[in-house]
Amino acid sequence: MKALKNSLREIFRYPSAIFGAILILLLIALAIFAVIKIPYEEAVKHWRGSEEYVYKNPKNVPPEWYNLFSKKNLPVSFAVVAGEDKEFTKVVTVGETTSTIDYEYSFDFQYDDYPQELFLYIQSNHQTKNPFLSVVLETPTGEEIKISDFGTLNNQTYRFSQDQKLSTRLRRLYGCEVPTIKGLFSIPKSDPLEINRGKYTLRIMVTTFEENNDVRIEFVNHGLVYGLFGTDHMRRDLTIAILWGAPIALVFGLVAAAGTSILSMLIAAVGAWFGGWLDELIQRITEINLVLPFLSILIMIGTFYSRSIWIILGATIVLSIFTGAIKTDRAIFLQVKESTYIEAAKAYGASNGRIIVRYMVPRIIPLLIPGLVSAIPSYVFLEASLALLGLGDPTIPTWGKVINDARENGALYVGQFYWILEPAALLMITGLGFALFGFALDRIFNPRLRGM
Amino acid sequence: MATDTITEVQKLSKAAALSTVKRLSKFMLVRLIMLFITIVAGVYLTILIANMGGYVDTIMRNDIRERVNMQVSAMTANKPMNTENRAALVNDMVALEEKRLGLDTPFAIRSVRYLKNALTLNLGRAVHMVSDHGSREVRNIILERLPATLLLMGTSQLFLFFISLYLALRLSRSYGSFWDKLIITLSPTSSAPPWFYGIFFILIFAAWLKILPFSGMVSAPPPKETGAYILDLLKHLILPAGSLIVSSLFISIYNWRTFFLIYSSEDYVDVAKAKGLTSREIERRYILRPTLPTIVTNFALLIIGLFSGATITETVFLWPGLGRTIYRAIGLYDTPVIVGTTIIYAYLLAFTVFFLDFIYAIVDPRVKVSGSNN
Repeated sequence: MKALKNSLREIFRYPSAIFGAILILLLIALAIFAVIKIPYEEAVKHWRGSEEYVYKNPKNVPPEWYNLFSKKNLPVSFAVVAGEDKEFTKVVTVGETTSTIDYEYSFDFQYDDYPQELFLYIQSNHQTKNPFLSVVLETPTGEEIKISDFGTLNNQTYRFSQDQKLSTRLRRLYGCEVPTIKGLFSIPKSDPLEINRGKYTLRIMVTTFEENNDVRIEFVNHGLVYGLFGTDHMRRDLTIAILWGAPIALVFGLVAAAGTSILSMLIAAVGAWFGGWLDELIQRITEINLVLPFLSILIMIGTFYSRSIWIILGATIVLSIFTGAIKTDRAIFLQVKESTYIEAAKAYGASNGRIIVRYMVPRIIPLLIPGLVSAIPSYVFLEASLALLGLGDPTIPTWGKVINDARENGALYVGQFYWILEPAALLMITGLGFALFGFALDRIFNPRLRGM
Repeated sequence: MATDTITEVQKLSKAAALSTVKRLSKFMLVRLIMLFITIVAGVYLTILIANMGGYVDTIMRNDIRERVNMQVSAMTANKPMNTENRAALVNDMVALEEKRLGLDTPFAIRSVRYLKNALTLNLGRAVHMVSDHGSREVRNIILERLPATLLLMGTSQLFLFFISLYLALRLSRSYGSFWDKLIITLSPTSSAPPWFYGIFFILIFAAWLKILPFSGMVSAPPPKETGAYILDLLKHLILPAGSLIVSSLFISIYNWRTFFLIYSSEDYVDVAKAKGLTSREIERRYILRPTLPTIVTNFALLIIGLFSGATITETVFLWPGLGRTIYRAIGLYDTPVIVGTTIIYAYLLAFTVFFLDFIYAIVDPRVKVSGSNN
């Protein structure tokens, strides 16, 4: 025990080990944060990408901090609810039969590109008579562009770019065909189109025809950058996958590495201790396992049977038990078996189980730990590799799945590098953290490597 | 008297030689039987897994029925046909198709047949897959993709092996130098697999700098002249081979270097140094000689590893190799192709393991073949 403590103290002599340990701790912190911040059910639901979760998200845009590196200042996405946001004012004027509600929202537009899309999400609690909306946008140069007049349903989504009448009005204003969003945010009649920077004001006048009819309006602007991590092709917030990838990768890597190395150590110990046909059997199984195509079998299980990450994890462990590790462990155990203290244990009448667990296994633990830690990245990357082949668990957000989505949608070809670099960076951190730490542990615990 | 002794000695040495041959052949026989049993068990397990213990049959039966139903409804779209006739037609066609795929015999019997065919290297015909030349023979499907895989894996793995051996030897001589420390520092980067570096390489060299192609093996259309074709091939080879090399270069150098260091700290190396031998001579006689068995083993395993392909790297780079073929075969439930690739690998592995024992005996005088087990 004391030796173990001393060895652990020795770790601090290796700067790479400290660096690795810091990376691992950061990852664990990220994983804990993810689990607390977004409950598992919520993350899975969000990752399914239904409209209620993603309606505020633009499609395929980089994170907001992308603006720091790009020459162009790209419009930031936002969503504001009338009345709830200070800037989005809502004034109700109650009349005898009809009431009017005036909404006004001003926002500063100082960007070098146009937003992706503008929406109004309208919810009204009327019974029979639909409220009437008229929407007007005032540009910095003073024009008032009439957006639309319409009677709203209880639940309605108004998409600016899909309004044919607005498109016609803009064509009349510009004298030529112009995409709606560009038309709204450009200086009228400019050719080539020049962005109209400054303060925009959105005015919505709602006339209601029933008592206590409240209308909730949410103005959603899909910019060209979004949030901390950007979004993917299904408009899902990548934050979910980036955050939740951490606990999943850690659990998968840790369980696979620990399961494999502990089980193969125990089996090697049993084989070495009892010898005879049992040892022979274990040896033969190891050789047969050498012939089995590991990756192909995992692909087969993923294709034929189940893509659940836990079943793949189980199969990985089962297939990785009988590998080279069992031979190394066995060789060490065969040496340990001949030690005098084992003979002493036999002499005082210790049972087989006791000798294996109390006297043989502890001898190998210092050698087991570095191997275990260094094996974690390979299993984390294995999960990502399977995801890259399209065999990732479809319900669970993982880093590998994000990379696969990005690759399949040609992110590299169209230059959406954020989509690949974010999960790749985290995979890299995981790999480096555990590899650095495991490497240092190996040099400390493995007497043959000491000082090499 | 003297002649008697000589004949005695001759007799004795003859007997010794005879016993050596006997021992050797017994050893070989036992080893061969063991390896054969291993192959049989491994391949049979693969067959079972490739069919999910017969579950794939159910998938295929349903698939056939659905396809036949579609065919029949297309065939009879313009013909009035009563339901009974129609059902009979469907059943006939399903039975025919099931017979073609061998689904009419139970899986237990079929699996043994698969095994027998695999062991006799009678790879048979694929169920769904077709080679690019239109052949259904598994042999043709595999042979067609093998050159691409061997080109990619061969260049990268051989380069990796020799460069890391060479650099490791040099580093083990200059232990503790800047380069030595650099390699130690960089070796944890090898925890990432080749495809991971592949994606970065594509990003840097293809998407950003635009100097190398994204993926594939040749440009479309392929250049007509041989010289230009080879150049084009090499251009496409750089990124996938590079990522295979980079992903394990540092760890490989590190492992060999540590291995050589352990051997060069032996007492006899110190003695050799004291004798004043040149470092080249020390390396050749006292470091490389005892490490030769390990080097040979690694090289042999590397060579057979070439035949299994790199499924994921090939997928990322759309390289038309064997790894991708296996992946496609699995997606199409094509057992003959899956088993075919497995059996080739299993045989190669078994033969290599078998011959390595003899190579050990040749290169390492300490190894003696004994009759008893090990």
